Amino acid sequence: MKSTLRQIGFYVGLLVVWQAMASAKIWPPYLFPTPLGVWESLREGFTDHSFWIGIGISMKRMVVGYLISAVFGMILGLLLVASKFFEDTVGRLVVSLQSLPSLCWVPLAILWFGLSEKAILFVVIMGSFLSITISTETGLRNVPRIYAMAGRNLGAGWAQLLFFVMLPASLPHLLSGLKQGWAFAWRSLISGEMIFVTLGLGQLLMVGRDLNDINQVVAVMLLIVVLGIITDALFFRIVERSIRAKWGLTPAS
Amino acid sequence: MNLQNFGASFRAMRGSSAELGSGGLRMIEPHSGAHASQIEPKISLHGVSRNFVPEKGEPVDALHDINLVVRPGEFLCIVGPSGCGKSTLLHLIAGMDKPTAGEVLIHGRPVQGPGPDRIIIFQDLGLFPWLTVRENVEFGLRMKGMKKAEMRSCARHYLQLVHLSQFEESYIHQLSGGMKQRVALARSLAIQPDVLLMDEPFAALDAQTRDLLHDELERIWAETGQTIIFVTHNVREAARLGDRVIVLTFRPGRIKSEIRVDLARPRNMEDPNVVLVAGEVMSKLRGEIDKSLQSELRNEEHA
Repeated sequence: MKSTLRQIGFYVGLLVVWQAMASAKIWPPYLFPTPLGVWESLREGFTDHSFWIGIGISMKRMVVGYLISAVFGMILGLLLVASKFFEDTVGRLVVSLQSLPSLCWVPLAILWFGLSEKAILFVVIMGSFLSITISTETGLRNVPRIYAMAGRNLGAGWAQLLFFVMLPASLPHLLSGLKQGWAFAWRSLISGEMIFVTLGLGQLLMVGRDLNDINQVVAVMLLIVVLGIITDALFFRIVERSIRAKWGLTPAS
Repeated sequence: MNLQNFGASFRAMRGSSAELGSGGLRMIEPHSGAHASQIEPKISLHGVSRNFVPEKGEPVDALHDINLVVRPGEFLCIVGPSGCGKSTLLHLIAGMDKPTAGEVLIHGRPVQGPGPDRIIIFQDLGLFPWLTVRENVEFGLRMKGMKKAEMRSCARHYLQLVHLSQFEESYIHQLSGGMKQRVALARSLAIQPDVLLMDEPFAALDAQTRDLLHDELERIWAETGQTIIFVTHNVREAARLGDRVIVLTFRPGRIKSEIRVDLARPRNMEDPNVVLVAGEVMSKLRGEIDKSLQSELRNEEHA
């Protein structure tokens, strides 16, 4: 309760300072947005549906790209744990490729797929799936041996051991990897959209720049932040909380 | 609060078993008798050895030429100093490990890996924290492909047996140490294994909880007629529970001596006869403990 009040106070203060700085007219209005201007831009964007369309298209790309990354990322993570050969060969490659910023995949994507939907999906996938692979792998490797032994002892075959013991046992770790993967996918998507591909939130940002409309630029930035927070709160935080409660990882308070 | 509840229900149970009188006692030892030797052995080990060859350092002779016959329904306790290969012995019988020499037979057939007929209760239990108490107990049944309704009633039965019915939907971290032990016991019993292998299961418990669990284990064993091999380093516990106590030597682990415990059941930790047997076991064990300690000290000097 107290911390909520504190947060509200903080944001109200921020708005006031922002408005004060805008009113002081230190910078010309086309370089420095006003709260009211941003609000106006948000309202306009939503009433003429351009923001809705942008959100819809970006989210669709996000969901499709992320699901593909999650599935492939987890499968590759499993393979890395299951086979020493994979670990020595592909495992090393995965770690080095992970250091590549996702934007570096854009030129390749354009050359391979043209300015298409496929290209943006490719960038999203490349931006996120390696981090999911790595966290799946470390999650599985960190499962205490006793769980596998107990599972085997209770009559689990290898597939049962994988699905009923190893995967659930690595879930806390896996989940933080999936969350990180989602954040990476989101970043890759927006940056990808800024460089090519029409519609989507990244495109709206660039339109704002092209029109010299600083209010729209800031409005879209706000939108991106808020969407990130909402998905995090709606999905990951709920799942994470229930897992932590089950495992007893959080204090009872 | 839960421990008190349990204590109350436990006392009630003790009361009723006392009323059974001597008839109840005789029922508890169904397999003792003159013709025991004619019964086909449940478990037999012939010349079993197990060496470990570490990447660095000298190979370790964990077990050497173990010959052991366990009859069906026997409660066998194994004591030995730490590092004598007690756990290794259990793992060999459970099929989680293979001997370097000799063979392990279950009902006359060589062990081919782990199986639901032999369940091991690890010292660390290995309960699954992502499952509720009931789901933990159901785990082995689910692996067998049992139907949901059947599975549930079976789990319920065994949770009742260990006095955990009220905690069906709790998660593992919400339980006390003794309750966790009982979940592990119920989870193993639910599969109805012929052989229960217990690896120092009560080592981490306080004396009071341990005493309660001894009583329960003895009662459940009498009801189910399972063969139990119970590893411990506590001689009193061994004398309290076992039909027979095997003393292992320190590296390489060999059978040093074998003590029959012909005391009436249910027994009691404080019973003078139990204390007497424990003393006898201890006298056989003492030299081995010294050797184990000396080895540890030597290792420390090297380090």
